[in-house]
Amino acid sequence: MIELFQYRYFVHGVLAAVLVSVSCGFIGTYIVSRRIVFITGGISHAAFGGVGIAYFFGLNPLAGAAFFAVISAVVLESMGQRIQVREDSLIGMLWSFGMAVGVLFVFLTPGYAANLMTFLFGDILTVSGFDLGLMAGLAVLVCMVFMWRFHRILYLAFDPEFARTRNVPVSGIQSLMMVLTALTVVVNIRVVGIVLVLALMTVPPATANLLVKDFRSMIPLAVLFSLTATLGGLAASHMLNVPSGATIVFTSLLVFLFVRVIVVLFRRKQRRP
Amino acid sequence: MTTRTLILKLEKVRTGYGRKPVLEDVNFSVYLHDFIGIVGPNGSGKTTLLKVILGLLPPWRGKIRYFRGGNEVDRFSMGYMPQLTRVDPDFPITVADIVRSGLMSRGGNQPGDSAVQRVMERMGIADLRRRPLGELSGGQRQRVFLARAIVSSPPLLLLDEPDTYVDRDFGREFYETLTELNRDMAILMVSHDLGMIASQVKSIACVNGSLYHHESSEITQELMDSYRCPIDLITHGRVPHRVLKSHQNENP
Repeated sequence: MIELFQYRYFVHGVLAAVLVSVSCGFIGTYIVSRRIVFITGGISHAAFGGVGIAYFFGLNPLAGAAFFAVISAVVLESMGQRIQVREDSLIGMLWSFGMAVGVLFVFLTPGYAANLMTFLFGDILTVSGFDLGLMAGLAVLVCMVFMWRFHRILYLAFDPEFARTRNVPVSGIQSLMMVLTALTVVVNIRVVGIVLVLALMTVPPATANLLVKDFRSMIPLAVLFSLTATLGGLAASHMLNVPSGATIVFTSLLVFLFVRVIVVLFRRKQRRP
Repeated sequence: MTTRTLILKLEKVRTGYGRKPVLEDVNFSVYLHDFIGIVGPNGSGKTTLLKVILGLLPPWRGKIRYFRGGNEVDRFSMGYMPQLTRVDPDFPITVADIVRSGLMSRGGNQPGDSAVQRVMERMGIADLRRRPLGELSGGQRQRVFLARAIVSSPPLLLLDEPDTYVDRDFGREFYETLTELNRDMAILMVSHDLGMIASQVKSIACVNGSLYHHESSEITQELMDSYRCPIDLITHGRVPHRVLKSHQNENP
């Protein structure tokens, strides 16, 4: 295993796992706590529209994905109530709209879209130095925002109406968090792909939530479980010679099941006289 | 009678949701040390009244004026305890964090650990400070949200059906706490518990599309008839002694 670190792609993969786990741990805890996991699903699939358009015009697909993701996040956060469409319906529309745009433009692009599969299912071993720079930038940005306004993020996520009665501007922080969520989705697309990004952002925080019921303590645990999933998935992918996106998702779910069983057994033991 | 200090005045307020008006032509004054019970049938605009006072809903017409120390101000800090069913009970947050969130303000959070500690001791929830919301009983939850509402020592406390899902024994203790709090702040309380309304509050406001403020806690049939308010209850003094009819929408 050690000799693998001689390969640059493997080192990149490990670094990507660490950096992605940081942003996922923070943002994942936020979306799981606020119960907006499906908003994230909508954002990630809407991002595919951006990938398709970028392909067609020969631009950087990740930049296209980021553009679409941020726009759809802002639409979901701000429009839902104003245009009187129910939120889940709006998510469904954005979700399918993005996919339809993506499919159309990829079809219109001459030639074979070779690494399209990379965007749908991710590949942690093809992460470039540029990608790593983006991941590091996002990880630092997310950490800084949480340090800067931790209490406000928590209180607004818990009870935005109460925050408004305290005369606190709610939409500023809420929009900032949605943009960070969109960017985290896009960066994750490199690692596990559009189809599987939901797993990496929800399973580790959900696992953490089995053990602790406090936002503050959930974050480091979610980072830890995310790290376990990405590194474990990377190793499994190498050993079994199968796509890394899938092994990362399986590892995260296995960790969830394992922790869940431990928690149940522990409670049963406690209950016994 | 001593002169009363006005803290809140609603003048011809009209508001609602979307295009549908819920409250029309509401005139209402609240004075320091008032304890007003707000009654009315479901959908009559009780919660809407609290929301427009809190600034969660803009008035379409009319004006809401706030006063502090006799001078008109933009707005003052208000304590708000929403209906407990509105909050996600599984949200991963501890008691101490919920209470501390009552101190957040526009410019950031005031440093207020001592205020948080004091109010938690007063509410008897200091031992629960590290407990997550999901592990609390109904009565504990009620005290936590009351603590959040009063930790900033607001001059006005607004309670939206604080007594739902709380057993009777604990309820009595809760109302005693409110009476105590009333020495420092005015209280507006929406409630379905008519017996409690009649025995605890100092006056009653009936909301039914508009608002009729009756300056004592005595509710008479004649009063309710003349105000078209479908709550039928007669009380004299501190305890209701005759209940004529139940709420329209509740079982007898």
